[in-house]
Amino acid sequence: MTSGMKVMLGLAAVLFAGAPWMIDAAPYEATMGLVYKIYFFHMPSAWMFLVAAITAGIASFRLLFLKRPGADHWVVAAAELAVLFGAFTLVSGPLWARKAWGVWWVWDARLTSSLMVFLIFVAYTLLRKYGGPGSEKLGAGLALFGMANVPFIYVSVNYWRTFHPPTSVVPTLPVAMGIPLWYCVTAFTLLFIVLLRLRARVEHQRARLEALYLAEDEL
Amino acid sequence: MRLGTFLLVLLLNGVAPAYALAQPQPPKDFVPVSEAPAGEQIPAMPLLGSAYAFIWVGVLGYVWSLGRKLQRIDREISELESRKR
Repeated sequence: MTSGMKVMLGLAAVLFAGAPWMIDAAPYEATMGLVYKIYFFHMPSAWMFLVAAITAGIASFRLLFLKRPGADHWVVAAAELAVLFGAFTLVSGPLWARKAWGVWWVWDARLTSSLMVFLIFVAYTLLRKYGGPGSEKLGAGLALFGMANVPFIYVSVNYWRTFHPPTSVVPTLPVAMGIPLWYCVTAFTLLFIVLLRLRARVEHQRARLEALYLAEDEL
Repeated sequence: MRLGTFLLVLLLNGVAPAYALAQPQPPKDFVPVSEAPAGEQIPAMPLLGSAYAFIWVGVLGYVWSLGRKLQRIDREISELESRKR
């Protein structure tokens, strides 16, 4: 791990350690009360989920169309993070909804499309684990399809009827709620960058190990 | 088309959008208050705690598993390289 990565990981750890105090200091919401505070981890998780899907899509494009084999390590890393942050989003959301809406889940456009993209990246990780040689190109096609759904997820709350808050909530957030939110967004962004680079490094070293074993077999 | 049928179709076309518009609207803005609203029927704390615990455990577990994986691979690489020399 480089010194820059260590600094970022340390900074992310410090920000995460301070998050409970920031969130505790935030005011309650008039209709949702205490439970809305799930928002401070739910929204950054959802953003990182979408950023991971976009990263996987861009790396897949580089692998498939620009013939950069090294891009595969980034697709694997970003797809795994899409599963991780997607799971955070899809678990924390229903816990919030149970209190705010009275139900765990509704099959509206935002929730359903998020679940679909999450399942696409779960399919990608299973494909890479069990698909054998050549699965990287098929997987890259799948990741591109996952990225194509991201704009649909983002605008779905503005065009279709849903209980989910629209995208306009973030820019109109009062300062007392905005400060903890952007604090958590910073913590999650740093965490995402560190995890992405760390996971890509694991993949790079794994490829190096495979090459060493192959070279030893040939001797 | 008979006038009665025409009026019936017109009425049915008007009823559906009017019914849809009568549905509860999603919240447009978040409004801050200093106290939690009274008379909450579902306790919020277990839901809030579960959401944060799930994310914390997920992050720590993932970082730990990545660290172990990287250590194992690095160890195997150094073993192979020392064997080659």
